[in-house]
Amino acid sequence: MEDTRFRLKIITPDREFYENDVDMVEFNTYEGEVGIYRGHIPMSMVISPGILTITNDGESLNAALHAGFVEVLPDKVTILAEIVEWPGEIDEDRAKAARERAEARIKEQPEGVDVARAELALRKAIARINVVGK
Amino acid sequence: MASMRDIKRRKTSIQSTQQITKAMKLVSTVKLQRAKGRAENAKPYFDSVYQTVTSVLSKTKGITHPFVTGVDSDRVGIIVITSNRGLAGGYNSNIVRLVRDAGFDPSKTDIYNIGRKGRDGLVRGGFRIAGDYSDFIDAPAYPDAMMIGAKALEDYTSGKIGCLYLAYTRFKNTVVHEPTLLKLLPVDVPEEDVNAEPSSKAVMNFEPEEEDALELIVPKYVNSLIYGGMIEAVASENGARMQAMDSATSNAEDMISKLSLQYNRARQGAITQELTEIIAGANAIS
Repeated sequence: MEDTRFRLKIITPDREFYENDVDMVEFNTYEGEVGIYRGHIPMSMVISPGILTITNDGESLNAALHAGFVEVLPDKVTILAEIVEWPGEIDEDRAKAARERAEARIKEQPEGVDVARAELALRKAIARINVVGK
Repeated sequence: MASMRDIKRRKTSIQSTQQITKAMKLVSTVKLQRAKGRAENAKPYFDSVYQTVTSVLSKTKGITHPFVTGVDSDRVGIIVITSNRGLAGGYNSNIVRLVRDAGFDPSKTDIYNIGRKGRDGLVRGGFRIAGDYSDFIDAPAYPDAMMIGAKALEDYTSGKIGCLYLAYTRFKNTVVHEPTLLKLLPVDVPEEDVNAEPSSKAVMNFEPEEEDALELIVPKYVNSLIYGGMIEAVASENGARMQAMDSATSNAEDMISKLSLQYNRARQGAITQELTEIIAGANAIS
């Protein structure tokens, strides 16, 4: 059988987050959610906050991926992540507090608040909460 | 000749200074190892970011984005990375001199400062400090770099500054540290790279389109360079301090041995004199 796996490498400024041969990887980009298998055309994508799902041998791993970009080659995917966290590294209470704060800011829109930034913060908080809840 | 007591007192004082410099050397050796490890961990990330940025830029000819063409302002922004603590040889003054001698007009320069020692030197040189982030250098983290990067980019896009530089000490190896001035914005489009790129890069697609991708990727590129600069600067600082303290310790060693010699001579002189006096006294009685 032809090998259906590809090499996935996730690196952050501080550490090598993950490296292995995997079946599929899914994440959220500026253009929407994507899932990548082996043999994808070469592509660079910019990441938007969301859940990262790595599928390997029927098992899947989740992590919260917030910012960075991805370089896709047919047999290799490199994720340059500015912020990425395993569920165990997330402080759920803090994420919930951040969600409430961001929601309040978007709803009330007080003077001097950057709404785009609040929305980004909200999406990050939601991604974190979803990953922990999985 | 100084008295025996004076020499002894001086010797003890140098010895206790030597103990301090010895301890500082050990501490900075340990810190250097840690900082070096971090710099090595960070390297693959920066190499990849740099590769991606150059591959985006080499594919986008005739682009008119302000990140590439520059903005209309005669002010210059410089992110200067030094340390909060001295006793590191020429580490801090080298950076200050580099910025002062780079030919920028101090009255038209905004400094985004990291490190108290550099700030003091630059303020004396008449530079304006647009932002001070000295606390970040104690424990550089990526979010810190993002904050500084966001502020500098905001000033750049709003036209407060026309270009952005980064001044930091590059860590070549444990003994060689180079003060470096790096141009961050506008980004230089690599001319030669188009031919040198391997063919796998030539068919790279972008999502979103190249120009939009540039808008999103360049800030990340700037942030990662700032973070890389901070990490290398910390490694250089500890390397410089280690060297400075090492030579201080060996200088103290030299001084102590010279003083020991003087002390022994003085002691011998005192004994000889005493003997002469006793003999002279005995002769006088008999």
